[in-house]
This record gives sequence, structure tokens and C-alpha cells, in this order.
Amino acid sequence: MKYVDEYRNAASAEKLMKEIRHVVTHAWTIMEICGGQTHTIVKSGIDDLLPSDLTLVHGPGCPVCVTPLELIDKAVAIASRSDIIFTSFGDMLRVPGSEKDLLAVKAAGGDVRIVYSPLDAVKLAQQNPEKKIVFFAVGFETTAPANALSVWQAKQLGLKNFSILCSHVLVPPAMEAILSSHANRVQGFLAAGHVCTVMGYEEYIPLASKYRVPIVITGFEPIDILQGILMTVRQLEEGRAEVENQYARVVRREGNRSAQELMQNVFEITDRSWRGIGIIPKSGYRLRDEFAAFDAECIFDVAAIHTQESPLCIAGQVMQGFKKPHDCSAFGIQCTPEHPLGAPMVSSEGACAAYFHYGKIRF
Amino acid sequence: MNEKTIDLSNSFACPLPITEYKNILLAHGGGGKLSHQLIKKMFASQFKNELLEPLHDGATLTVSGTRLAFTTDSYVINPIFFPGGDIGTLAVNGTVNDLSMCGARPLYLSCAFIIEEGLPMDDLWRVVLSMEAATKAAGVQLVTGDTKVVDRGKGDKIFINTSGIGIIPDGVEISPRHAKIGDRIILSGTIADHGIAIMSVREGLEFETQIESDCAPLNELVETMIAANRDIHVLRDPTRGGVASVLNEIAESAAIGVTIVEDLIPVSEEVRGACEILGFDPLYVANEGKLLAFVSPAAAENVLAAMRSHPLGKNAVIIGEVVDDHPGTVIMKTRIGGSRVVDMLSGEQLPRIC
Amino acid sequence: MCLAIPGKVVEVDAAVSPLMGKVSFGGIKKNVCLELVPEVKIGNYVIVHVGFAISMMDEEEAQETLKLIEQMNELGNE
Repeated sequence: MKYVDEYRNAASAEKLMKEIRHVVTHAWTIMEICGGQTHTIVKSGIDDLLPSDLTLVHGPGCPVCVTPLELIDKAVAIASRSDIIFTSFGDMLRVPGSEKDLLAVKAAGGDVRIVYSPLDAVKLAQQNPEKKIVFFAVGFETTAPANALSVWQAKQLGLKNFSILCSHVLVPPAMEAILSSHANRVQGFLAAGHVCTVMGYEEYIPLASKYRVPIVITGFEPIDILQGILMTVRQLEEGRAEVENQYARVVRREGNRSAQELMQNVFEITDRSWRGIGIIPKSGYRLRDEFAAFDAECIFDVAAIHTQESPLCIAGQVMQGFKKPHDCSAFGIQCTPEHPLGAPMVSSEGACAAYFHYGKIRF
Repeated sequence: MNEKTIDLSNSFACPLPITEYKNILLAHGGGGKLSHQLIKKMFASQFKNELLEPLHDGATLTVSGTRLAFTTDSYVINPIFFPGGDIGTLAVNGTVNDLSMCGARPLYLSCAFIIEEGLPMDDLWRVVLSMEAATKAAGVQLVTGDTKVVDRGKGDKIFINTSGIGIIPDGVEISPRHAKIGDRIILSGTIADHGIAIMSVREGLEFETQIESDCAPLNELVETMIAANRDIHVLRDPTRGGVASVLNEIAESAAIGVTIVEDLIPVSEEVRGACEILGFDPLYVANEGKLLAFVSPAAAENVLAAMRSHPLGKNAVIIGEVVDDHPGTVIMKTRIGGSRVVDMLSGEQLPRIC
Repeated sequence: MCLAIPGKVVEVDAAVSPLMGKVSFGGIKKNVCLELVPEVKIGNYVIVHVGFAISMMDEEEAQETLKLIEQMNELGNE
């Protein structure tokens, strides 16, 4: 496949690896933000091939993982109603709530369906006027334009039976939260390439300068990751702290202006709770008041939910780079993809899932 | 949080402490970890006997000195008609193949239909004609059957169960437990064709060249292989759960390690593209006309040559070997030279595809 | 979900709103919403996420990246 295969090329990988080994003279800790990048790293075995001086820690860039437990419980409560068709991306179905997950709701007879695009949910709403369709709108800035457009579309069509349960989160506030923590050991970042495709990378420049960290906007294929690591390490070795764009074939400095405009029309910034981390101010999106008719949290009065996290789960520490998945006492024992204690073990972008599926032999 | 511990002191307690699900999930039929657990902990533990224990594709029985293979399989696929076949061809070939994977020559099949009220007669006729053609192509006879009809809404158009028996020739000893250190692992052709063909109908994917299911009877191919060299230790067809699941099952069964090389695994361009879009790993996608063979190193070249001389094995290739490291685990050397574990399938990648 | 794949635009349907089209991913064609890349033309490559094109591929930059890597290690550094 064009623009995919070239970035999986073994010879190119070897060249980049060689150059990285040549450049590294100190120990450095680098964090890749996005769960998709974590998966590429573990799945292609990059972490195993890098010089031991380089430590890769994994970031909170997994929207499924950071969706607050309370919202999962709300989703479960809504999906259990008989007049609802609850739609979601596949991953959310296995994320553990306080009592159960969406898959259990489905098994018990709830109408829970996987969709690949929010527009599919809008179509379902058109096709099933007697039901209420709820879409679990989870994602970073990458997915926000699609969700915004779907809500916009629903409004244009005059739909009265479509709403979203919104769990949108933003990357820069999360990075700032990590950087400002006194326990932070991250020295350089591979920023999330697809988030920056939408948002551009201007908002990272003040972060790089304030905290003196190199930030390299990086793609998702093995070659992208390796090149991103090389660029970060070069900056660290040279004492620079700039924003650079490895993923230049897709990311522009200003991002996608049409998408940003659409998002601003539909969403506004709000404080958000990140599962395992806590409330990060101004770190998420909520629907604007004029779209309240499409906001599932306004429409469905779900009784006060008592949330209960597993006491063993250290997801928050893993997602902020303080611990690795295999540092967790429950990893692979009480916590596996079949019976997860936390979200990173079931999400396709979760660090724990990546280590469990691709890497457990090494730990 | 999920379910808590179950009191094992009560002998009526469900023996599945690990899964902790109160109800059956789709994943319990998916061919991956949950299926495996259900079969081992609930079924195999109750119907305990040494013939069932190997949990191979079929049971090997000795009746009056003749070794027979006996197998059963049910077909619940949706859609019932798909590019390259239908539920009927699957039902015949699937069972023929399970017998072949025991090293047996398939002879006789039974067939039970569970039909949903309202199924168009024409559709049923199409399925029956397909089955007839498939039995002829495989050289087997359908000798007994049963038909039930259930209320509309209580069955997904049609479910088919086929059982089969075949004779295992002398000197043929094929079982997952016979995998040996040093064995070469041969894959008969491109993977993930069937699963993707099904998904293409379900997801409305449009292909420039339509991907077809690889559904085919493998008995002739297997006979060619055995004729070339009897030192074949394991045969398995990677259906639900794909190549990854089968390799894991064999690694666990024989307590051996498996290493494979990503670059050597044949995947067609269109299937690769479809897997990218749908976010699937081809190693976990179902096949209905492919097999994996664990063959002694001395026999490998002969067997490979024999396979390549047969239309169903023309793309056969050695993809890896059995090692004494990491018993029970499958490791793959990645395209860029790293390594990763190829784990057992968790949960459900594709619902009801065979 | 940050899963986004590059594909080639093979059809554009300007008559609908939002703007839709067909994108080919290595031979597989899917319906994709092109509203977020209104300047797109047939033959362009786009990056598609959850059924939406979120950016156009800059083919020159893509070549640049690959060329840079090609030239690595070739200029006498070990």
C-alpha cells in the first residue's frame, strides 16, 4: 500500500537504528504520547532494538483508557434501556465499568452496536425513528471533527432521536500536567501525529520553551517512530528544545482549519476528568448549549452512580510514564484482556494491552 | 469492576473462575482464549476421557483394528452466501478438512439442518446444490441427516451441523502433541482470504478485484503430502482465530516454542489493504482452505515440493520452526527485525464467520 | 482512536452535503466524508480516520522524508 509500505521498510529501519546508536551518548527518557504509537513500538519490537540508554515511556494518548469510570457507568446505564440503540467504537465495549462493561450489556440483551464512523450512528437514527440512538463520542482532537460533523449533520436533518455521550480530551493540557509534575522524568516527547494533523502544532511551541523539552510531531509507522526518536535524541544531545515535524507529509503547522472551525462551532473547552489521573482543567470538549438536544448527558437522567475502581489498577501511573505495565503487580495475573481491571488492558491503544499481547515474553 | 470469585467448594459451581462472565459471549465461540477456556474447563473437564483429551480437530478411534477419525462441526455463518462459496460448501469442506487434519481419508458425512421459518425455498435449494457439488468434489458421501425448523427470529436463516468419519492409513500419526523441536512449519498459501471475503459483504467494502473465500476441500492435498513423506507430525487448518490461534494451541498442546517470520507469511495485497482499514491482524483472521503442517526437517523439502505441485498448495512456504525456547509461546520476527509475541486471540475479532 | 490510513481519492460527489467521495486503499474502495478537505481532487491522497478524510498527503514531503533516510549512513559516517 502506498504511503504505508515505504514506512515499514526493513532497510530504512536499519539505517535509522544505526544513526540513533551513533548519536546517543547519554541516557534519555522519551515519551510517545499516542497509544497507536505505543502499539507500533511494541508490535514491531522497536523498544527491544533501541540502545539500552534510551528509555521509552508511554503516554496517556489512549482516549478509551482515559474516559472516566463514571462515564463508562453512565454508558452502561443508558445502553441497558430498552428504547436505546447504543453505538460505539469497538474498543469501548470491553472497558470495565464499576459493575460491568458494555459487552455484558449486549450479552444480556441490550442493543449495543459497533460502528466504524459516527456517521453510521446518524444513519441508524434516520433508519430507526422509534428508537433513541446514542453514540459514545470518545476521542482526542483527531476524532472531534468527525463527531462535530455528525452532530451538525443530525441538526441539519432535524433528527430528534440522536445524541452523543461526549468524552473528548485534549493532548496539550495532559502534556502540561505530566511536565509540571515534580515526579516527571520525561525529557522529550513524540507528539501525536494525527492529533496534530487536525490541530497543527503551534500550541506545543510554548510548552517546549517553558519546560525546555524537545517535542517532535511523529507518525505511526515503524519508520516514523524511529525517525521521531532520532530527531528527539539529536535535540537532547545538542541541548535544543524545539518543536519539529517528523510527520510533515500529513501535518501542517496550522493544522486543518476547516476541521478546527467546525469543532469550534459545535464544541467548547471544559474541564475533564482523566481516568487514573484526575481532573485536568480545560482539557476536554463538551457540546455547546445550542446543541444540548444532542447531548446524552442532558437528555438521559442517569441516577447518581457510585464508582469503584479496582484497588490494584495503576493505569494512571502507567499513562503518565511513572510506571511500565509490567511493574503492576496484577499485570497478566489478575488483570488480562479477558478480565481487565482497568482500561489500558483492553484498548487497542492501551500500553498494558500492547505489552500483554506482543511483549510478555520479555518481562 | 467485573465479577468476583466463585465459590469452588460447591460442586455445582460453574468451573470457570477465570472468565468471570455470567453469560455466554460471542467471544466464547470465537476460537480464541475464551473459546479455549470454555472447552477445556467446562466441556473437556466434564466429558473426561482419553479420546477427547487431545482436543484435536477430530477424535481418533480404533474400532475392530481399524483406525477411524470422527469429527463434528456446526456452521452459523452470516451472510449465508458470500464470494467464493456459501454455508453449504463450508459445511462440507469444513468437516472434510477436519478429518484430513487427523491424517484420515474422509468417507461419510451426516448433515443436520436447523432452518428458520421464512427462509426462501430458493435459498435452501441453492445451499443443497452447493453441498452436493462439494461432496462430489471432495469424494465423500452424505449418508444420513436431520431437519428441524424453528420459529421466525429464533435462528439466523439456517444453521448446519455436519459430522464425518474417515479412515486413517497405517503409519500415519498426526496430532498436535507430536510436534517436535526442529520441525519446519509449512503454510499452504495466502491467509485471511475467507474472513476478509465475509467482512467485505458485511461491511460493504468494494474491491477492485473481489476477494473470494478460499473455501476448499484439503483431503487431496493432504494425501499428496503424505504420499511424499509420512514424517508429518501435525496438520491443522487455521479456521476461526486464524494462524495465530492454531499455532498457540499446538505450542501449548505439545509444550514447545514456535518462531515464525513475518516477511515469509503470504498475504495478498487486497487482503492486506482490507486488514489495514478494518484494523485486523491477518494472523487472526479465518481461513477455510489452508493448512499448517509441522514436518520433520528431513522431510520438509519433499513435502513442500509435493504441496506446490497441487493447485491448493501452489503458494506453500515454510514460515517458521519449532524451538525449545519459550515453550507454549509463539514469537514472530517482525518486518523491521524486532520480535514480538503472537498471542492467542482475545475476545472477538469477527463475529460468526464460519 | 488514532488509527488513520492513507488512501487515494477516486470519486468525489459534490452534489451531497456533507461532501462525500470514494477512497481507494490498496484496491479497496470505501465511502469517505471529504467535507474536512474541501479542496481535494480525484487522484489526491488523503489520510482517513473513522470514515473522514482529515488531511491531504503532501507527496513531495513524503518523498523528502524517504530520501533523507536513504541518504543516511551513506556519507561516510559509521
